[in-house]
Amino acid sequence: MATNKPNEVSPADPGTVAPSEAGPSRRDLLVQGTKVAAGIGVAALLGNLGNWALSYAAGKEPIKIGILHSLSGTMAISEVSLRDTVMMAVEEINAKGGVMGRMIEAVIVDPASNWDLFAEKAKQLLLQDKVAVTFGCWTSVSRKSVLPVFEKNNGLLFYPVQYEGEECSRNVFYTGAAPNQQAVPAVDYLMSKEGGGYTKFYLLGTDYVYPRTTNKILRAMLLAKKVPADKIMEEYTPFHHQDYQTIVGKLKKFSAGGGAAVISTINGDSNVPFYKEFANQGLRAEDAPIMAFSVAEDELRGMDTSSLVGHLAAWNYYQSVDTPQNKQFVANFKAYCKKNNLPDGDKRVTDDPIEAAYFGVYIWKQAVEKAGGIEVDKVRKAVYGSKFLAPGGEIMMDAANHHTYRPVLIGEIMADGQFKTVWRSKGLVKPEPWSEFTNPDKGCDWVGHQGTYQK
Amino acid sequence: MSTVSVRLVKGELIMMMIALGRTVAALGLVGLFLLSGQTWAIAADGPVAAPSTSSIDQALTQVTSEDESIRDAAIRLLIEQGDVSLVPRLDEIRANADRSVRQPIKQLMDLFKNRAKLTSPNTDVRRSAATDLGTSGKPSAIPWLDAASANEPNRWVRYTMEESAALLKLASDDPSIKAAAADTLGNLRSQNGVPVLKQLVEAGAAAEATEPQKTVAKAAGAAIERIETWGVWSNVFETIFRGISLSSILLVMSIGLAIVFGLMGVINMAHGELMMVGAYATFDTQEIFKAFLPPSMFESYFLTAMPVAFLAAAGFGLVLEATVIRFLYGRPLETMLATWGVSLVMMQAARVYFGDLTAVIAPGWLSGGAQVMVGVYLPFNRIFIIGMSIVCILGVYLVLFRSSLGLRVRAVMQNRNMSACLGIPTRKVDAYTFAFGSGLAGVAGWALTLVGNVDPGLGQNYIVDAFMVVVTGGVGKLAGTIVASLGIGGLNKLIEPSFGAVYGKVFILVMVILFLQWRPSGLFAMKGRNAD
Repeated sequence: MATNKPNEVSPADPGTVAPSEAGPSRRDLLVQGTKVAAGIGVAALLGNLGNWALSYAAGKEPIKIGILHSLSGTMAISEVSLRDTVMMAVEEINAKGGVMGRMIEAVIVDPASNWDLFAEKAKQLLLQDKVAVTFGCWTSVSRKSVLPVFEKNNGLLFYPVQYEGEECSRNVFYTGAAPNQQAVPAVDYLMSKEGGGYTKFYLLGTDYVYPRTTNKILRAMLLAKKVPADKIMEEYTPFHHQDYQTIVGKLKKFSAGGGAAVISTINGDSNVPFYKEFANQGLRAEDAPIMAFSVAEDELRGMDTSSLVGHLAAWNYYQSVDTPQNKQFVANFKAYCKKNNLPDGDKRVTDDPIEAAYFGVYIWKQAVEKAGGIEVDKVRKAVYGSKFLAPGGEIMMDAANHHTYRPVLIGEIMADGQFKTVWRSKGLVKPEPWSEFTNPDKGCDWVGHQGTYQK
Repeated sequence: MSTVSVRLVKGELIMMMIALGRTVAALGLVGLFLLSGQTWAIAADGPVAAPSTSSIDQALTQVTSEDESIRDAAIRLLIEQGDVSLVPRLDEIRANADRSVRQPIKQLMDLFKNRAKLTSPNTDVRRSAATDLGTSGKPSAIPWLDAASANEPNRWVRYTMEESAALLKLASDDPSIKAAAADTLGNLRSQNGVPVLKQLVEAGAAAEATEPQKTVAKAAGAAIERIETWGVWSNVFETIFRGISLSSILLVMSIGLAIVFGLMGVINMAHGELMMVGAYATFDTQEIFKAFLPPSMFESYFLTAMPVAFLAAAGFGLVLEATVIRFLYGRPLETMLATWGVSLVMMQAARVYFGDLTAVIAPGWLSGGAQVMVGVYLPFNRIFIIGMSIVCILGVYLVLFRSSLGLRVRAVMQNRNMSACLGIPTRKVDAYTFAFGSGLAGVAGWALTLVGNVDPGLGQNYIVDAFMVVVTGGVGKLAGTIVASLGIGGLNKLIEPSFGAVYGKVFILVMVILFLQWRPSGLFAMKGRNAD
């Protein structure tokens, strides 16, 4: 898709390297440089024109979609992969003739990990670029900040990351897990005989909305399952916390005598110091396994995994899922990254949010084809109940609540940064944005009701 | 636990050769099995007399029986007579068995494996196995543990074996054994025993408690008291260590800033990114070692990385000084804005160039920890950083106060014009000083790879704390930086256990603000004409 974005010259682009033969005067260099730049410009323009010409030849204008992921700042490390995934899906779709014969043209904006900028860029996508659909956001706070924009302008957002629930927006489709598709089954598993029959739980998270809400749900669930309150510890650390000595010390006391598990919603760069300290203070995965909800393959790739081996994570997809379409997907993704000279090339891995971002594009495509147009209201109806054979297996959109039926997988971290699935839910799990433990009286339904309703 | 095993494969090989050399075949074989991991062939297991194979075979067929009592009897017999050689056969049975039978077979296999591991040449493996046996709840493991602890050379492994055996004995039906076990746990100051001991105390306090239950409860109560008194002391010790460790990290990262900001008065917002340069230099050194040198050299990459990190960051510092800061001396606001811009550029450049595949793997000798007393581990990486910070302080002291360069630096900082009159090339001294401070930032980045990860945002995580330490300590005073980092680190670790990490941080910030209201120029204020 490089041709679509003539202005975005990647740093690895060989075309930007200035010619450097020995000898030429500064003037020559300048002239030559200008020539090269002009050449690139013309080539890009031609490429772009070619693309436009192609779609016009088919008699149709391309469909614009928005990609709203941070490409710089702290969240870039996670979100860039999602941009790449969506671009890959777009390329695949365009190669097969586009959507209803129309090419897809992606408008990429960079909200730079800045929550206010997310809202601003969302406004730009909806009002200025008039995109048909937007794929974007990672953190809950970024989603919350764009929510009013999408609701006010009746936009459509596909949100691909597992989140804390308690949200039911008419303008968002949530392709990641709701709490009952990740956190709750993970703790259920730990309490089961098969999972080790753990009786003490240390809920440890970074101090923001996702861990707080998830732990609120988990605490309610544990209390409902007759785990005494003194067997539940809850603790939060600031963002970028690096010094886990005290917490691991507490954890060691808490886990003495066995039967303790750690439920970690620690985010981002705090994970490495935490796992390192855990191992260095003599704790093992057998003494107190850490069940993480925010550590996936893409995060593991940048870590020294030696201190993480044997710990657990709960997701709805792993790169190691053994299906033919997943093998193809993983190979395609690596090839795509390599071909486009993206950082780390074919060493890139897929993970849950990447899969969710990927099938989100296809769910939208199917819906547009079913609805026969890109109008948000029609597309929304067409999404309800639609199915797609995602890399990890077939998934289904809920008939009314804007979330996704997905399988739940508990995985054990291996030394190569991949997961070994140790438990798998039977079939797909129905998404429940409002947890039965904290909000038993609330439901989410955009067909029979107007969004959140009292049961 | 593959860290441990990978790290110790070499050691195991050597051990194995020695073992084979001495024809202690049994040990060698077990070591071999541990090495190959999966291939559990038949082991010549010494202590168990060869059982009649027929009864074992029979039991193996009965393990999958529908009848629970037959199954349990078969498992009991297998535990008594079987050994690790049965594991492959059990694995086969387990693969074909249904869910209800798999769990007990898995436990059986773990039991056998752990028993074999008790004689492993690797201390970590022995210790792990002893812990697992202690939590397995199988009383048949008691004699194994007792036998193993009698021959155990390593103090802490022996401790774990004794503790595990006592924990298993605590589940015995005989009250005298129970009381003795409680007493042993008390002597061992075992934190792991507390939950069970508490249950025993509760059982003894209940109205329907029998006389033997009461005696056991009394023993358990006494044991808990001893364990808890010990716990208080070990907690004090641990808190002190944690405080020192955090202080050393604060010190390492602020020492460079103390020179650049403290002595030179340059507010360098890109100081954190110079740490990042040091961290990436460490990563690059590691990659070079991986790619071009034999694996046996890998362990030494970390020490080699230190001068590399220093030089890389110092080089960046020189360039930064020559291209940006040189033009902005005496204009702190502009310096701040310009260097902030530089820091943003450097961060995004690192993100684009390095991507995020940048794990620095701590060398083997710096992972894990030393157990100094019951329940107290001192991680090697933290001990190393404490040592490092002392070396850094000594180095800085020697350079600044015991070398002619240091004399010039101090002269220029105190009175630039007079120094220039006396023929000191002040511009050059500025450049060298800045490069030296930057190099120290690089060393900090190198050391911090041991506790954290290497990513473009690394510098941002530390820069605020570094400024806080330097300002609190008093700008321009090295001693102030040392005292301030000790104070802030220690206070943080004192507050954190009771208020949590979030409020701990808030509290420290409030304290620093209040302190600066009281003493605006910090702990050690500059005196004399130069004070402002």
